[in-house]
Amino acid sequence: MKPLLKPALFIVGLLPFAQLLYRFYNDDLGANPIDTITRFTGSWALIILLTSLAVTPLRRITGWHELIKLRRMIGLFAFFYATLHFSTFMVLDHFFDFPAIGKDILKRPYVTVGFTALVILTALAATSTAAMIRRLGKRWQQLHYLVYVAAIAGVIHFLWLVKSDITRPAKYGIVLALLLGYRLLIKWSPACAARLTLRSLAAPSR
Amino acid sequence: MLIKKTDDIKAGEITSKELYLNRRQFMATAIGAGAALAGLDILAAPRPAHALEKIPNLKKGPATFNTTEKLNSLKDITNYNNFYELGVEKTDPAENAKYLTTRPWTVEVEGEVKKPKTYSIEDIMKIAPLEERVYRMRCVEAWSMVIPWVGFPLSALIKLAEPTNNAKFVQFVTLVDPKRMPGQKPSIFGSALEWPYVEGLRMDEAMHPLAIISVGLYGEVLPAQNGAPLRLVVPWKYGFKGIKSIVKIKFVDKQPPNTWNIMQPQEYGFYSNVNPEVDHPRWTQATERRIGEFLRRKTLPFNGYGEQVASLYKGMDLKKFY
Repeated sequence: MKPLLKPALFIVGLLPFAQLLYRFYNDDLGANPIDTITRFTGSWALIILLTSLAVTPLRRITGWHELIKLRRMIGLFAFFYATLHFSTFMVLDHFFDFPAIGKDILKRPYVTVGFTALVILTALAATSTAAMIRRLGKRWQQLHYLVYVAAIAGVIHFLWLVKSDITRPAKYGIVLALLLGYRLLIKWSPACAARLTLRSLAAPSR
Repeated sequence: MLIKKTDDIKAGEITSKELYLNRRQFMATAIGAGAALAGLDILAAPRPAHALEKIPNLKKGPATFNTTEKLNSLKDITNYNNFYELGVEKTDPAENAKYLTTRPWTVEVEGEVKKPKTYSIEDIMKIAPLEERVYRMRCVEAWSMVIPWVGFPLSALIKLAEPTNNAKFVQFVTLVDPKRMPGQKPSIFGSALEWPYVEGLRMDEAMHPLAIISVGLYGEVLPAQNGAPLRLVVPWKYGFKGIKSIVKIKFVDKQPPNTWNIMQPQEYGFYSNVNPEVDHPRWTQATERRIGEFLRRKTLPFNGYGEQVASLYKGMDLKKFY
């Protein structure tokens, strides 16, 4: 593995956060900064979560197997932005009004599914260390399949909160469907999935 | 203790509008200077700091109606808009405002009236003396602003039309023209809303002196993103009742449809009075964020206009008629 790949990814992962700080510093968060921060961190959490789900398909299609070594960091960045997103909701939006926060989580389906996704990501982040992987053994993989649930919950969270225009959540939904669809393909037709690589696509006549 | 009366405080004194305009002026000057250096005479020609016209002979609205709360800045009022005809994001309407030309403009007044008429926007501006109305605006999304509208009572227009006894409701219709309203072009996921945008009021609501037709804000002609050239303002109702860029006002005998109710009947009703007791199914209406403030504030029944309008709904179950 190229030695600079991980540090580079770390910096790339912080870029959205840096942009947010820059916009905050320049008073460029619009008329409703709290709303802007909420949307910004939520969007990035979802984008990065979907990126982490793209690692396996990309690895198989491109044959670049070292990608797998980046997956943990991508997942942790998704958790980072999801945490910022929830903190914005809890601190900036509701300012520690716990009865109101609890009511939102229990009563509002879009908050419930979003919170579910956060709980899952928290569990996955907490078990992401090498020691935990060793300790959990087989159960680690089972636990981490929950990332699919988190991603579906994340997209539903977005879909359920928009008022009428579903364009943006629908786009995330399509990407998620492709990523999950690829896994079904691996499961049901491994031969077909195996043929779906850059190499075989470049020379299909063989 | 000295409490300033509404009349003592001019709208412009409270806000950062001057600053905002100065910045624009500065930018215009800077562009002009740059263009002059580059030898581009057309761009260097003096241009107004603000594209919008001042409205002359503006009088103050009734002091009992005008709030003395701190105004939101012109920048906030014109850059944070829900006007799906010009795009679904809050900043889209300001960006797409350039497409919405508002001259010439006509408004058809028709239906159950003795005097149907097609008004030009120039006629509309002369229906009654224009006055400043400083109102709270509570959006159904749980944020609010204080806005110095310029307009006249809707009742003045209604009286001119002379409604018949059959006129029980007033229906309002927005322009449909995807060229001037790019948000009306459907995306591959369909249309954001059904066009035209329609709204309605019960006759007694429409006649209430708080209900106005607005043609301006901050003493100037209404910017496109705020619903130019004329829009409805009913401050005790959620903002979406304030239909924008009106081309038709029709008097009818039955409750007319309204766009958000067509979209999501369980979430948006016909009346849509601001009511902290009746939550939106997906979020609370008990509190709101005033744009420019950090902490949420409590939402008031009828957006704080209960004293004036609560009697309109006497005996009605407002949980049912939300």
